Amino acid sequence: MAVVATTPAQVETLPPRGSLLWQFVRTQPLGLIGLLIIVLYVAFALGAVWIAPFDPEAVDFGAMLAPPGGEHLFGTDQYGRDVFSRIVYGARTALAVGILSSLFGCTLGALMGAASGYFGGRIDTAIQRVVDIMLSFPLIVLAMVVVAVLGKKNLAGIDVNLITAIALPIIPKMARVARSSTLSIVTMPFIDAARAAGFSHTRIILRHITPNIVAPYLIMATAFIAQAILLEASLSFLGLGVTEPTPAWGLMLSGTSADFYQTAPWMILFPGAAITLAVFAFNLFGDSLRDWLDPKLKS
Amino acid sequence: MLGYVVRRLLLVVPTLAGVAVAVFFLIRVMPGDVVIVKLRADGAPISEETVLAERRRLGLDKPLYLQFVDYMVGLARLDLGKSLWTGEPVTKEIGLRIAVSVQIAAMAALIAVLIALPLGTISALYRDSWIDHTVRVVAVSGLAIPSFWLGMLIILVLLSLFNWLPKIGYVPFWQDPVANLSVTIWPAAAVGYRYAAVATRMMRSSLLEVMREDYIRTARAKGVWTRLIMRRHALRNAMLPVVTVIGLEFAFLIGGLVVTEQVFNINGIGKLFVDATARGDFNLIQGLVLLIATIFIFTNLLVDLLYGWLDPRVRLS
Repeated sequence: MAVVATTPAQVETLPPRGSLLWQFVRTQPLGLIGLLIIVLYVAFALGAVWIAPFDPEAVDFGAMLAPPGGEHLFGTDQYGRDVFSRIVYGARTALAVGILSSLFGCTLGALMGAASGYFGGRIDTAIQRVVDIMLSFPLIVLAMVVVAVLGKKNLAGIDVNLITAIALPIIPKMARVARSSTLSIVTMPFIDAARAAGFSHTRIILRHITPNIVAPYLIMATAFIAQAILLEASLSFLGLGVTEPTPAWGLMLSGTSADFYQTAPWMILFPGAAITLAVFAFNLFGDSLRDWLDPKLKS
Repeated sequence: MLGYVVRRLLLVVPTLAGVAVAVFFLIRVMPGDVVIVKLRADGAPISEETVLAERRRLGLDKPLYLQFVDYMVGLARLDLGKSLWTGEPVTKEIGLRIAVSVQIAAMAALIAVLIALPLGTISALYRDSWIDHTVRVVAVSGLAIPSFWLGMLIILVLLSLFNWLPKIGYVPFWQDPVANLSVTIWPAAAVGYRYAAVATRMMRSSLLEVMREDYIRTARAKGVWTRLIMRRHALRNAMLPVVTVIGLEFAFLIGGLVVTEQVFNINGIGKLFVDATARGDFNLIQGLVLLIATIFIFTNLLVDLLYGWLDPRVRLS
C-alpha cells in the first residue's frame, strides 16, 4: 500500500471552501454511504438501551426459534433471545473492540515506525527485524496465539487481552508505513531546525514528526477497524474471543447455531450480514478517506 | 540466479530461528496449564502429585533454559517434539491433517487466479461500463464477507436447494476424485472468494495503470491490434503487482482456512491449530506456527522468483 505523507505545504493549500465534512461529502459519495452506515452502527452501540426492544441476554423459552417478523424483527435464537436486540448490542462489542484495537495497534505501530525512521542505524535494523518476524504470520494466527497466551481479562466489560491480541498484528503493518513516511520527513529543514534548537529526540518525534504522519495514520486506522471487526468476529466464532452471554456477532454464529441451518436460518443470516455490512462500511469509508486525504494517489 | 536462490534460502534459517525463539518464550508466559486442563478433561481427580507426575512425564518440570535447549536441538533435527495432549509426535499430528488443508488452499488459490485474471482484465478494458461496475461491487463484497459466514451460506444453500450436505471425512483425490472434490470444493470456494476479490481489484488497477504508459500509446499509434497490445505489452507488465498480492494474500488464505475448516467440520491443520490453542498444547502450537511461517516465507521467495521471470528488468541479486 503506497501511502505518501502529506507534507505541511499541502495541508495549507487545501481549498478553504465550506467545512471539511461538507467537502468530504461532496467529493466522496461512496465514502458518505460508508459513513452513514458507520453512524447507524454507532447509534446502535450508544443507544442500544433505547433501540433494542428486548434485553439481549433475556432467555425466553416460550419464544424459542421464533421466525422473523411480528414481535421479534429478526426472530429469536434457541434460547428465545431476540436476534435483533443481540445485533444492536453486538454493535457495541464490535465497535469497542474494533476501534480500540485499531487505535492501540496503529498508535504503537506509528511510534515504532517513527522511531525507526528517525533514529536509523542499529535501532532501525532491530525494529525492522522484529517487524519482519511479526509480518510472517497471518493476522488471525498471531491473534490466536496471543489470546491463548494472555487468557481473558475483563476491564469495564471489555476483554482487554482480546484487544491486545487483535492490536498486535496491526503494529508491524502500521510501523512499516509510518517508517517510510518518517524517512521522507526527517530530511526536511524543519527537523534540522528542531535539532539545532536543541530539542530532545522525544520532543522532535512527538511534536514534529507525528503531526506530519497523521494522514497515513488516519487512513490505516480506519482500514484496520474493518479488519479488527472481522478478526474479532472470527475469534469469537472460534470460541476464543468474546464469551457468552455477551452479545457479539461472531459468537452468535458460533457453535450451536450451526445445528439450526434449516429450522432457523435467520440465526445465521442476520448476524453475518451485520458483520459484512460493518466491514463493508469501514472499507468504503477508509478508501474514500485515502483518496480525499492523499491527493497524490488520485490519478 | 542460482546464487540468489541459495542466498535467499540461507536467509530463511535466521528468520525461522527468530520465529521459533519468539514463539517458545511467548507461549511459556501462558497462564493456562495444559496438564490441569487435560486432567480435568480426563475426569481424573486432580491432586498435587498427579499434576507433578504428569508435568515430569511431559518434561515440563525442567528449568526453562533446559526446555529451550531441548526444543532448539530437536528443531535442528526437524523434531518438533510430542503433542502434550495426545503424546503423538507433532510431525505425525500435522502429517495426518496437512493433505486436506493444502489441497483446499491450492484449490482456492487456483480458483482465485482463474477468476481474477480474466475478470480484472475485462473490468479494466471496459472501464466504467456496467460490466466494470458489477465486477467492482462483487470484488468489494469479497473483502467484507467473512469466509466462515460465506461457508455457512454455502451450506445453507446446499441444504435448502438440494437437501444435501458434503460428507464429513476426507478421501484422497487419487482414490475417489468425485468424493474428494465434493468435500473440498465448498471450503475452497468460501476462502477463495476473498482471494479472488483482492486479486481482481489489483489486476484491474494495475492494468489501468499500464494502459496509460507511453509504450502502449506508441503501439496503438503504430496501429497494433488491441488484442496484440494486451498480449505482448500490457498483461505481462500488469501481472507484477498482482503476483505480489497473490503471494501476500496466501497468508490470509491460511488464516481464512483456520476458521472455515470449523464450519465444514474438516479435520485439517486449521482445526488442529484451534484445538491446540484451546488446550494450551505448547509443542503443537509451536510446530504449527513454524509450519505456517515456513509456508509464508517460501511463498514470498516464489513470488520474488516469479518477478524475475515476468519482468526481465527485475534483477535477482
